[in-house]
Amino acid sequence: MTGYILRRLLMTVPVMAVVALFVFSLLYVAPGDPAAIIAGEQATPAEMQRIRASLGLDQPFVPRFARWAWNAVQGDLGVSVFSATPVSEMIVQRIPPTLSLMVLTLLISIVVAVPVGVVAAANQGGWIDRLFMSAAVLGFSLPVFVVGYLLAYLFALQLGWLPVQGYRPPSGGVWEYLSRLILPALALSGGYIALIARIARSAMLEVLSQDYIRTARAKGVARQVILFVHALRNATLPIVSIIGIGVATLISGAVVTETVFGIPGLGRLVVDALLRRDYPVIQGVVLVFSFTYVLVNLAIDLAYTLLDPRIRY
Amino acid sequence: MHRRQFLSTTAAAMGLFAMPAIRPAGAADRRVLKFVPQADLAVLDPIGTTAYVTRNHALMVFDTLYGVDDKNQPHPQMVEGHVVENDGKLWRLTLRPGLQFHDGTPVLARDVVASINRWGKRDIYGGALMAVIDDLSAPSDRVVEFRLKKPFAHLPAVLGKGAPTIAAIMPERLAKTEATTQITEIVGSGPYRFLAKERNPGALNVYEKFAGYVPRDGAANYLSGGKVAHFERIEWHTLPDASTAAAALQAGEIDWWEQPTSDLTPLLRGNADIRVQVQDTTGFAGVMRFNHLQKPFDNPAIRRAFFGGILQSDYLIAAVGEDKALWRDGLGFFHPDSPMASKAAIPAGKPDLARVKQDLAAAGYKGERVVMLATADFPVINLMSQIAADMFQKVGVNLDLQVQDWATVSSRLQSREPIDKGGWSVTCNFAAGIGMFNPAAHSYLRSNGEKALFGWPTIPAIEQLRNDWFDAPDLAAQQKICEEIQKVAYAETPYIPLGLYYQPTAFRADLTGMLKGTPLFYGLRRA
Repeated sequence: MTGYILRRLLMTVPVMAVVALFVFSLLYVAPGDPAAIIAGEQATPAEMQRIRASLGLDQPFVPRFARWAWNAVQGDLGVSVFSATPVSEMIVQRIPPTLSLMVLTLLISIVVAVPVGVVAAANQGGWIDRLFMSAAVLGFSLPVFVVGYLLAYLFALQLGWLPVQGYRPPSGGVWEYLSRLILPALALSGGYIALIARIARSAMLEVLSQDYIRTARAKGVARQVILFVHALRNATLPIVSIIGIGVATLISGAVVTETVFGIPGLGRLVVDALLRRDYPVIQGVVLVFSFTYVLVNLAIDLAYTLLDPRIRY
Repeated sequence: MHRRQFLSTTAAAMGLFAMPAIRPAGAADRRVLKFVPQADLAVLDPIGTTAYVTRNHALMVFDTLYGVDDKNQPHPQMVEGHVVENDGKLWRLTLRPGLQFHDGTPVLARDVVASINRWGKRDIYGGALMAVIDDLSAPSDRVVEFRLKKPFAHLPAVLGKGAPTIAAIMPERLAKTEATTQITEIVGSGPYRFLAKERNPGALNVYEKFAGYVPRDGAANYLSGGKVAHFERIEWHTLPDASTAAAALQAGEIDWWEQPTSDLTPLLRGNADIRVQVQDTTGFAGVMRFNHLQKPFDNPAIRRAFFGGILQSDYLIAAVGEDKALWRDGLGFFHPDSPMASKAAIPAGKPDLARVKQDLAAAGYKGERVVMLATADFPVINLMSQIAADMFQKVGVNLDLQVQDWATVSSRLQSREPIDKGGWSVTCNFAAGIGMFNPAAHSYLRSNGEKALFGWPTIPAIEQLRNDWFDAPDLAAQQKICEEIQKVAYAETPYIPLGLYYQPTAFRADLTGMLKGTPLFYGLRRA
């Protein structure tokens, strides 16, 4: 197992290198020049050139990438061309809000979606199944920002229960912290709940048709026990897989959600950086996102061994 | 569902809705002001960019030697006074006693010298001052001497102006930084101190009242007078989404949203707890800018022909709506509230597109492709561009309207290449009205070719008249020169004015003492 983990961790290195090269290449060919934005409309060409040189943007592709990659390997992701702040510092500053949002979204999604999937499967073809699956279609179809605005309008503006926007760290009080995450997490979890619930339902349907379930029923085991103990345990693998795959959806959803709810997280950081062509920040955040994705999927693979003792690495 | 189950579920739902408000009270701390700026404060160096959000930040943190009032007249600010000798060629400025920087060091004349030298390399109006300076020195800690090549009566106005960059005074150790390199420490001597440790780039910037600031006597008037800070702490929250900002203002989570979008202002106006009003009465001017280096707009007759197709109100309504209180048409090349404004040569009558078509043909337009650059990132630019594009198409221009993100547009505007190599032909934009009060700081009017703003017009007559304006002996002479500039501008067309519009600001009704002009935080308090 340890050998497997080390191998997988080592495999992240070429993955990250390819991601870094790909992103760097895209940004290199993309139109736009941060020097033009920094200098403003009244800058002379000489000033623009000086700014470009001071930022190292006048260098050819290979030396620029090589220098960035060498520094990145040593943990130096460079500095923002606009704020002159170290990128690693900016990322560290933005991780807690995004992580909080994603964890709460995951919790809400799992707590809601798994029972929904199980109950829908248990009532296959019935009105509960149809209701839940229709809701799942709605969850897939409604864009995160629409759900976000609706939630903010109802719970923040009309009812006044929760704040409209912002983020407070847990050190400022648990409620202060949670109250600003509830609406964004609910908005973001809509699609995720739909995804997990559908997979949970299909996995449960497959398990419920197995012989051992029929035997359990014949023995008079309670319905809830059959569903949540015998069947669900054997249906967890596809559910756990989809949770891992869905992290990518969560990351992209966080970009929108953080903008709608004014959360200073990584999603907003990368959007702002893209709009300004703040190359070091874009590269740094994309690296963090891709590393997170690789790690989450490693964790999911490891979780398989706990859920199914037959799986060995 | 059973009856009992239904009833208990409904009761629980009702109870949930009847819960008291558990949201923390909005911007409740009376000593704290929460402000949403027009854009993210990306660049902190006061001369690092011409972005207005940076200028607004600079006005909090830095002080200036002089400050203009709301009539654009300069008054002493950091200086106690000045004497002018040697027929106007020697200015001796004496600093007020007790001035200190936020790092606790005193403001000395050598700090002023270094700050002005750095700023003068970037600022267009400052450049005019630097061009006449023979020697700038600090003979003592409180005295700054300007030895000039020729008299320059505009010195206080240049050093006290508010746009696009201010002549911010900073410690010499920072001011010695190369002008194109950003300073890494924000230390000024203004009424508010920047708290770098609390900065979250792209999200939050925090300022604290500077206890060591000694305001001048008298009431504050725009950038002049007594800058008294009432709030202990000011937080700038960047909220990129307009709907979120509007909701936060309504919920009382923020106190002031600098630039509400025109589609949301009616909603905010309907809220008794919110005031929506125009604070900056100098507004913004729409401009249609041609690329003078490329065909077909290297031909002044072709540029001039488009005046006949412009109805400024069309552009202004598109930009800010039907409310006439929010715009003024009939704009010439100078701000209508400036003493330099005149009606000279302003075209009268309604647009005549058939005539424009004839004039274009007569001027030699042969159907060359015209690339109009626009951006959807700034709705005003996009909407004005759509109106302009419609007019261009109606008069038979072979138009290629390209709407791109601002990062792409802003870099493409710097390209002097032909359109088949990524260049451009024409674009619509807006500029602060305050910059159009006179020819000195009027960047769109500058016509010094390669050194001019993008579009790069070369119109020697305008440049000569601008130089004459600096030397004009009195207001009447200045006005006469500006009238001439306007006539030349209508003939040569460095750009086409598209009208003046006003940007309202929205704030909680309990704020009082808000000054006219750009967002200023001194004098402001909670009722």
